[in-house]
Amino acid sequence: MVTSVTNFGRSGAYDWMVQRVSAVVLALYTAFMVGLVLFTPDLTYEVWSSLFEKTWIRIFSLLALIALGAHAWIGLWTITTDYIKDGLMRFLSQAVCGLVMFIYLIWGVQTLWGL
Amino acid sequence: MLVSIYRYNPESDKAPYMQDVELEIPEGKDLMVLDVLALLKEKDSTLAYRRSCREGVCGSDGMNMNGKNGLACITSLSQVVKDNKLVLRPLPGLPVIRDLVVDMSLFYQQYEKIKPYLQNNSPAPAIERLQTPEDRSKLDGLYECILCACCSTSCPSFWWNPDKFVGPAGLLQAYRFLADSRDTATDERLAGLDDPFSVFRCRGIMNCVSVCPKGLNPTRAIGHIRNMLLQRAT
Repeated sequence: MVTSVTNFGRSGAYDWMVQRVSAVVLALYTAFMVGLVLFTPDLTYEVWSSLFEKTWIRIFSLLALIALGAHAWIGLWTITTDYIKDGLMRFLSQAVCGLVMFIYLIWGVQTLWGL
Repeated sequence: MLVSIYRYNPESDKAPYMQDVELEIPEGKDLMVLDVLALLKEKDSTLAYRRSCREGVCGSDGMNMNGKNGLACITSLSQVVKDNKLVLRPLPGLPVIRDLVVDMSLFYQQYEKIKPYLQNNSPAPAIERLQTPEDRSKLDGLYECILCACCSTSCPSFWWNPDKFVGPAGLLQAYRFLADSRDTATDERLAGLDDPFSVFRCRGIMNCVSVCPKGLNPTRAIGHIRNMLLQRAT
């Protein structure tokens, strides 16, 4: 068994499952957003902000944001372990990816709840 | 026909280079690539390549022919030659020892890792461990692998992580023993594969299926292993 301390879960099966489930969440959220933009005839600021005051859309958006973070981490972790062979460079790249995703998550929560 | 062949002798060459040779191919014959190598060796006896059975059974002469891995002995010129040109390179991703001869150590280490032998600690019956015809048929498409390394060396995941990713050839054999009704080490075998590299580095691009000279399907076997790992974890 190959050991790794930087991947998302501690098992390949777990990462694989998270990657698939988060992909489904992101696909649903994308379809919803595209549908919203295409089929709302008069998409004004008022319509948009009243929609995002509802709890369900905030939960749905937060779910999509968390799914994005997990999905991107697993994907970028795979890419960095493939292509960056220098241990320090790989760790730093992964740290930057992790930090960016954490910032997006907190920033997203702030935006969704209008903090 | 123009044959462009990868040459490298670490004792005399600083770097590998491609040697172009014009070769007369006998009319009315569809030679195998291995026959072309024999003609080249007649011209230049320093050319090094592996070969043994010359009929696609031993798996010695795996190489890259016009960009695609395969066995030189069962690949005819009509299958690979384009614009009257043939480019021969060693299997990609493995260290080159000389010309078309590669060091297969990494490939064999991965094969060794999956414990490619039957494990069963129950007392052996007097004659043999029997299987039903149905159980036996589960091994079809798995046991035929000749370990030529065409699949693993066509796999980018194996190129980037040959020390961690088992590779299609090793995983096909891993499933061959997971699927065997006589093997009792299923749990131990799966535990050894449930990390992010050994199995899950496969991205399913199916280069392995496209090049396998025996027509086997490692991607399907990897899918079966993945399902077994997921079932074990839920």
